[in-house]
Amino acid sequence: MGSHTITSRTPGVFYHRPSPDADPYVTEGASVAEGDTVGLVEVMKTFHEVKADAAGTVSKFLVENEDEVTIGQDLVELET
Amino acid sequence: MIICQDPGLETTVQDTGRLGYYSIGFPPSGALDSFAYHVGNALVGNEPGAAGLEAVYLGPTLEFTEDTVIAVTGADIPAFVDGAEIPLWESVAVSSGSVLSFGQLRGGARPYIAVAGGIDVPLYYGSRSTYTLVGIGGFEGRALRAGDELAIGSDARDPRAGRRVDASDVPVHPSTAEVHLLVGLHSYRLTEDSLARFTDTEWKVTPDANRVGYRFRGAELEFVPREQPFGAGSDPANVTDCGYPVGSVQVPGGVEPIVLLQDAVTGGGYATLGTVVSVDRDRLAQTKTGDRTRFVPVDLDGALEVRKDRLGALDRIRSALA
Repeated sequence: MGSHTITSRTPGVFYHRPSPDADPYVTEGASVAEGDTVGLVEVMKTFHEVKADAAGTVSKFLVENEDEVTIGQDLVELET
Repeated sequence: MIICQDPGLETTVQDTGRLGYYSIGFPPSGALDSFAYHVGNALVGNEPGAAGLEAVYLGPTLEFTEDTVIAVTGADIPAFVDGAEIPLWESVAVSSGSVLSFGQLRGGARPYIAVAGGIDVPLYYGSRSTYTLVGIGGFEGRALRAGDELAIGSDARDPRAGRRVDASDVPVHPSTAEVHLLVGLHSYRLTEDSLARFTDTEWKVTPDANRVGYRFRGAELEFVPREQPFGAGSDPANVTDCGYPVGSVQVPGGVEPIVLLQDAVTGGGYATLGTVVSVDRDRLAQTKTGDRTRFVPVDLDGALEVRKDRLGALDRIRSALA
């Protein structure tokens, strides 16, 4: 078992869910495939989907919902 | 032709802008980082004013269906042709079938892609710049999407690979950008303390920072109490409507100042406390959400000096690349 960290490709505000009333894209313990959406980053009034760039199990969110994030910031830790 | 395989976050066709229509409410649009845009054209041997591509944060992935010469300028971002990293601020030959792609931004915010011959989209009111808010100019009036096919112009003056900008002329992107501010027109509306606080504060770029304007956070500013004149409304941040200079700074509610940029509204009723010197919008364009910015006050002579120096440097670089 290794681990992999998904990082942010843009600065902005991180969201766990596609809209305020929707379920989160993923929760801790969920398994994701490469290319699955795990969150959103909003910047310049546009939303950019954060995709898993590896397959694995979500072990930890490293940012809170609505946290401001920078480019390269660690967002989600996966067990691979 | 260029085929857009992946548009990045927001990639648009831009040139020097749609000048001459400000008085009827048309902002100029055009490349936000004018220096990077102009140098890109000089590198690939274009006439000044040829249209190029402006991206932000995420570079696009572009396939070329003909041999041409390109240059990437502006932000510090790894750029690759067919997977091999290419130098920035240097003209590079690409072959038919080659794919240009980008890695993770290291510094700045906006990469510019110049192509020999320019991007051939129709002129709209004298410019190829995209004004996305109303959907005019550029490629169908919008940011690129996957599958778009862009024609390349054929009027390059002298396309040639291997032209390079001297390292000392490549802008650096400090963690705190400094931009010069010509104070006025309504700076008298702020208390003396607040005006000093504005230029003393390191302002943080919020996520609301795009081609229309940049919104900042970092301090609260207070207006001088007064009985509002006719037409100004009751908000102390308001004055009677006036034209907004491009680059002007307004502070709705006394919090979160906004610098208006090339796609912004041309007039309104917020007090303008100062205007960023035009050539320093290049620096602002290379700051990103989370970065810090300081506004350095200058008087008119100082502002003209800053502009003269920067445009002189651009002329010198163009001559060296010709």
